Amino acid sequence: MREFIAGSATFGVVLSLVCYYLGVLLKKKFNSPIMNPLLIGIVLTIIFLLVFKVDYEDYNSSAKYLSWLLTPATVSLAIPLYMELDRLRKNFKAIILSIFVGTVISLAVILVFALIFGFSHSQYVTFLPKSITTAIGMSISEELGGIKAITVAAIIVTGILGNIIGESVLKLCRVTDPIAKGLAMGTSAHAIGTAKAMEMGEVEGAMSSLSIVTAGIITVILANVFAMFI
Amino acid sequence: MKYLKQFGIILLVTCIGELLRFIIPLPIPGSIYGLVLMLALLIGKVLKLEDVKDTAQFLIAIMPVMFIPAAAGLINSWPDLQPILIPALVTTAVSTFIVMAATGIFAQKIMHRSSKEENNHA
Repeated sequence: MREFIAGSATFGVVLSLVCYYLGVLLKKKFNSPIMNPLLIGIVLTIIFLLVFKVDYEDYNSSAKYLSWLLTPATVSLAIPLYMELDRLRKNFKAIILSIFVGTVISLAVILVFALIFGFSHSQYVTFLPKSITTAIGMSISEELGGIKAITVAAIIVTGILGNIIGESVLKLCRVTDPIAKGLAMGTSAHAIGTAKAMEMGEVEGAMSSLSIVTAGIITVILANVFAMFI
Repeated sequence: MKYLKQFGIILLVTCIGELLRFIIPLPIPGSIYGLVLMLALLIGKVLKLEDVKDTAQFLIAIMPVMFIPAAAGLINSWPDLQPILIPALVTTAVSTFIVMAATGIFAQKIMHRSSKEENNHA
């Protein structure tokens, strides 16, 4: 069996797809933000590997082809950004400034916690890109010497949490402006937060998806600066 | 032919992004160079939206699945995560809350100010 999995060109891809699909089914059935298909897909994949004692390396010998698609998919994020460009132009300064401020606060808060908990450099940079989209956050963590798998986990937990608490937090802070709501969701909780922003309204959704890539790009630059602090 | 062309263009831009990553000595992922280059090509009308749109949207739609292999790597990274599990959760949760609240409040203040200015001009 082990030889089959290690030699297969598709096993890891099929396993990941099936686990993700089960997540989609559960999401449909229970319609709760905890039922995030990606979260369930990851948990089920890990459970499968543990239960059947499959080495991660053997699984990844074929699953890596899924990861291979990530770079062109990240480049493709330029397309939705381009399609939202008109909205961006209208309030250009206010939008960019808000996302910039949100990103700086995100990095600064992580720095403070890293100092409080005494994180090592590697642990610190693992969490630096936790509020941005997985595709960009993962590569930042890798470039700066973080632990990629933990970054991905932190990013997904952030997204799900943002999705769940979003409406209450914005209400609590008396944020009612649809543009501000969208920017807050996208800057703090990337794509999973954007799913919630889209439920709030069209402007919220568009602003949130705009924030995903913009916050990602700003973080690429600023994370390199912040990485020098620990 | 349409999908081949679109995928070809996306891969070409991705490849140039990797080349830039190779040449420029900065810790910036190649995918980001590719993303910015793709945006520039679209804005500069070198590429039309139709040249890449369908394949790009397909890739973005299936993107969540692409994170599973990396995240399943937690199996190997567990010894690194376990000793900092509680600090990691606290950092993740509290920062999410603060960033969301701060961004929302700041954006709302600044939007109000800019719309007031517009009214004053009018």
